[in-house]
Amino acid sequence: MAKVLMKGNEAIGAAAINAGCRYFFGYPITPQNELPEYMSRELPKVGGVFVQAESEVAAINMVYGAAGSGVRVMTSSSSPGIALKQEGISYIAGAELPAVIVNIVRGGPGLGSIQPSQSDYNQSTRGGGDGDYHLLVYAPANIQEMVDLLQEAFDKADFYRNPVMVMGDGMIGQMMEPVEFKERPEVDLPPKDWAATGTEGKRKPNVINSLFLKPEELEDHNIRLTEKYDAMKKNEQQWETYNMEKPEIICVAYGTTARIVKSAIDTLKAEGIEIGLIRPILVWPFPEKAFVELPETAKMFLSVEMSMGQMIDDIKIVNQGRLPVEFYGRSGGMIPSPDGVVQKIRALLGGAK
Amino acid sequence: MNEKFIFAGFGGQGVMLMGQLITYAGMFEDLEVSWLPSYGPEMRGGTANCSVIVSDKAVASPVISFDATTAVVMNLPSMDKFEQEVEKGGKLFVNSSLIERKSEREDIDVYYINANEVANELGNAKAANMVMLGAILEVTKVVTPESVLKALAKIFGTAKAHLIPLNEEALKRGAELVK
Repeated sequence: MAKVLMKGNEAIGAAAINAGCRYFFGYPITPQNELPEYMSRELPKVGGVFVQAESEVAAINMVYGAAGSGVRVMTSSSSPGIALKQEGISYIAGAELPAVIVNIVRGGPGLGSIQPSQSDYNQSTRGGGDGDYHLLVYAPANIQEMVDLLQEAFDKADFYRNPVMVMGDGMIGQMMEPVEFKERPEVDLPPKDWAATGTEGKRKPNVINSLFLKPEELEDHNIRLTEKYDAMKKNEQQWETYNMEKPEIICVAYGTTARIVKSAIDTLKAEGIEIGLIRPILVWPFPEKAFVELPETAKMFLSVEMSMGQMIDDIKIVNQGRLPVEFYGRSGGMIPSPDGVVQKIRALLGGAK
Repeated sequence: MNEKFIFAGFGGQGVMLMGQLITYAGMFEDLEVSWLPSYGPEMRGGTANCSVIVSDKAVASPVISFDATTAVVMNLPSMDKFEQEVEKGGKLFVNSSLIERKSEREDIDVYYINANEVANELGNAKAANMVMLGAILEVTKVVTPESVLKALAKIFGTAKAHLIPLNEEALKRGAELVK
C-alpha cells in the first residue's frame, strides 16, 4: 500500500481499526483529542462502537466490560486522565483481560501542561494501580513505528490476556509523517474461551472478576500472573542500537527523545566524537539484554529524557554498577534540542579528560 | 538535502497548510519528511506555526531549534519570534504586506513578498499563503510546484477542486516576484 501522510493521533486510530479494534471508550483531553475524534468518525463505518464516556473512570470500566466479552477494545488519554484510569487498569490486569491503552503523555504532576513530556515513565512501568501487576509498555519513536507496534499491541494483549500500554508524547500525537499500513501476518492466538459471551444454556457461565477472598487462591493467582510477567521479560524485550561500534558515551533514550539524541550523535560523529544509543522500544520489560555486553570504549551512560530522570533507576539496575550513569533532561513541556544534548555530551567528555 | 522550514503567522493565514503542502509534496517526491505543529491554549486567534523538515535522509529530530534553513513569517509577531531562529546563511521570507519593518539580520538572505496585495489582485485575499509559497518554491527549489499542486488536489478533494486554478495562479505570481 502507498504511503499516506497522517497525524500521529489519527494514525493510531487507523492502526487500531486495522488491527480489528471495534470498540473505543474515551474522554477528551489534549494532546490526544484527534484520536477519539477519528474513532468517533471511523468506527461506525466498520460496524464498531464509539462512546464518549462521562469520565475517564467510566471509560476504562467500559473497556473492562467490553474486554470481558472478548472483543478488541481500546481507550486513550493523556497523563492525568491515565492516572484516573489506573483503578480500572489494575482490575483489567487482575481479571486477565486484553485491552490496549494509549497514553499521549503531557507534562505533570497534577494537571501540569498540555505540552509533550515523558514524565509518566514510572506510572507506566511501575504500575499506577494497586497490586502485583505489569503492563507491556510500547514507546514508539515515529509514526510508522507507532502504527506497526499498535497493531502488535493488540496481538500481545490477546496472547497474554493482559492490558498493553502504548506510550507516546504530545509531539508524536500532533506531528505528521508518511506512514504505510503493511499487510500483517495472521498471528496464531489461543481461542477466547474465557469470554463472557452468553452460555446459551450449554456451558457453565464464564465469570470475569478480580476478587479472590481466599488468601491461598489470591496467592496462586499472583504466582500465575508473575509467571506471565516473567515470560514477557524473557520474550518481549525490544530495542534499537545506533552507532554502538566504539562509543565513548552510551546514551539511553526512548520515543521522540531518541530521535533528538540521534541528531546529536550525527553532529558529534562529523567531528570524530563517537556516541552510541540504546533505544528501548518497550520500556517495560526494560531491554536488559541490550546491556549485557558493552563496548570497551564506553566510559559512561547518559540517560536523556523529557522528565527529571525517571529512567535512571532502570539503567542503574541493568548497568550493575559498571559505569557511571549521567542524566540530561528537560521537563514541563520543554523539548530537549539536539544542541542541548551535544553540549551536555561535550561537558561530560571535557570533564572526563 | 536537509531543509528545515518554520512557517508562522496568525490563525487563518494558512501557515499550517503551507507546511503541509511542502510535506506532502516531499513525500510524493520520495523524500523524508516531517510536519510538527505548535499547539497550545493560545491558538485561537493567536499565532500559529509549524516546523517542516524535508531531507534525503530519515528525519532524526522533528524539532527545529535555532537551525532553520528557511523561516516564513506572515505577520509581525512571527517575525519578532522567528527572525533569530534562522541559521547563518539561511533564508527569511517576510510578508511585507503586513510587516513594515526590515530584518535586522545581515547574515541571511531576506525576501520581502507583498503576498496579501498580490492575492487581492487575484481576487482572493485568502491566497496570500500560496503567493508566498510560490516565492519559496522558486527560491529554495525544495520541491516542484507540480508536486505541490498534486498535494493541493489531495487536500482540497472534489469539494474545493474549483479553487485549484486560482491557487496555481497564485503560486506562479509568487514565483515571478523573486525571478
